[in-house]
Amino acid sequence: MAGLRTLAAAALLSLLPAAPPAKAQAPLTENIQIGLSTDNVSITAGFSGADLTIFGSLENADPLVARQGRYDVIVVLEGPARPVVVRRKDRVLGVWVNLESETFKNVPVSYSVATTRPLQDVTDPNSYKQLSLGASNLYLQPADAGDSPATIEEFTAALRERKSATGLYSENVGGVQFLSQNLFRATVRLAPNVPVGTHKARAFLFKSGLFIKESSAQLEIRKSGFEQSIFRVAHDYSFLYGVFAVSLAMLTGWLGRLVFRKD
Amino acid sequence: MGIYLPIAEISVNIFVLLAMGAAVGFLSGMFGVGGGFLITPLLIFYNIPPAIAVATGANQVIASSFSGALSHMKRGTLDFKLGGVLLGGGIVGSTGGIYVFALLRRLGQLDLFISLLYVVLLGTVGGLMLVESVNALRATRSGAAPVLKKSGQHNWIHRLPLKMRFRASKLFVSVIPVLGLGAAIGFLSSIMGVGGGFIMVPALIYLLKVPTNVVIGTSLFQIIFTSAYTTLVHATTNQTVDVMLAFLLMAGGVAGAQYGAKAGQRLRGEQLRALLALLVLAVAIRLAIDLFVTPPNLYSLSGVGLS
Repeated sequence: MAGLRTLAAAALLSLLPAAPPAKAQAPLTENIQIGLSTDNVSITAGFSGADLTIFGSLENADPLVARQGRYDVIVVLEGPARPVVVRRKDRVLGVWVNLESETFKNVPVSYSVATTRPLQDVTDPNSYKQLSLGASNLYLQPADAGDSPATIEEFTAALRERKSATGLYSENVGGVQFLSQNLFRATVRLAPNVPVGTHKARAFLFKSGLFIKESSAQLEIRKSGFEQSIFRVAHDYSFLYGVFAVSLAMLTGWLGRLVFRKD
Repeated sequence: MGIYLPIAEISVNIFVLLAMGAAVGFLSGMFGVGGGFLITPLLIFYNIPPAIAVATGANQVIASSFSGALSHMKRGTLDFKLGGVLLGGGIVGSTGGIYVFALLRRLGQLDLFISLLYVVLLGTVGGLMLVESVNALRATRSGAAPVLKKSGQHNWIHRLPLKMRFRASKLFVSVIPVLGLGAAIGFLSSIMGVGGGFIMVPALIYLLKVPTNVVIGTSLFQIIFTSAYTTLVHATTNQTVDVMLAFLLMAGGVAGAQYGAKAGQRLRGEQLRALLALLVLAVAIRLAIDLFVTPPNLYSLSGVGLS
């Protein structure tokens, strides 16, 4: 029902002195800041995905570098980490059966990336690996390190592929835009099946392909509404919930007989 | 109109579910079965996770069997003592079933096991029923009187020890097969989300030789409690009962059942059984195809300890 809405978790405006002094002796190192106007977002049952806007600022930016567009920002919204089992189906006597499996520790449930430019243009693959940045570079730790590297690689790739296919891992190239020399806006996607919990927003600053600085903020995503109350009751008071489910069924059966009785 | 299912965590069309409930209710009224064996596969075809389809199917079965058992109680075609003994076995079987269910879920083999059980059981029951009803149809067409089994005919089951008298069923039989049958039905109820009527009814008639008129009432009586117990245990151990989903199915089901019962009165017994057999076989074949066709995704993800 609800289309693609925009949740503006808006601005931190730690506005800087308008222009740096004409001639600074030692160039100050750049810094990056992001901020969220709210630390929690409630989504309702009809949630069908949304764009989350994060504002941020660059401190001590070199105007020359900025004009040449050599600053790049990558913003990541990372969901809570959970262990995940990846299973592969194989044919046994013609029937498809889950056979091989690989368990990974601490896999972020969701991982949305927004960048100023395509990832391969920002910096080199090695830096991504070191920073564990980007859905395809994210380090996924297998629970059993003794498995063969080929197997681990295969299941890691499958895990990434499944996560992208369900929209939980996404990449928004051009999702970060500089509004001025110091101010930028990042748009990350929240998938319809975005997990609830504490999400971490992180911003990475690159200057001419070199990693400079990182900044992070936290965001709580909660589900609200009637359906969510049912979910909570089912988990917190599971016995009473079961009694309710049984009573409801008996009541429906009895009422159905009263209303439609044919004997 | 879309509705979000809180436990299944997906959005579904409310009218599809009501229609599904009504259609299955119609068939269950027509054939005198609970309909769980149709609801659960249908929910799985509709992309409801199998674990939730099973637990919710058990919940839905309570409604239809409760309203059915009430009618039989009024007509006096319900053997409480026989139902009680079946139930005793049922609780044991159901507890075992829930344990196996949780274990298979951990191993990632639950979906496969559910499909296999459905294919084997529905295939066998549907096949036997089809053969029997086609033979009966042929016999009536050729004018021969149907061969009735003589009452008082005994088989090995009646030679087992620990005999007990069931007055309403005019039966004097060992409790061992009764408890065993109850346990088997309880096990299937918790793993397949079915009431088990489609196995219970023929077993009571052909194995225990219970008079046909008390069979359905007694079977419904025991199914209420077995599926209620199954629902409760699934709710507490696996949190897989979706009341919203169950309610929509029940609402459609109780209405559909009444019209089905009326339609069923216009068809002859053998014709009804042949139709039901074809339906059961169709469901089995559809599930079997899914087992053999290459799945679109060979890889699947699941949480540790969850589905």
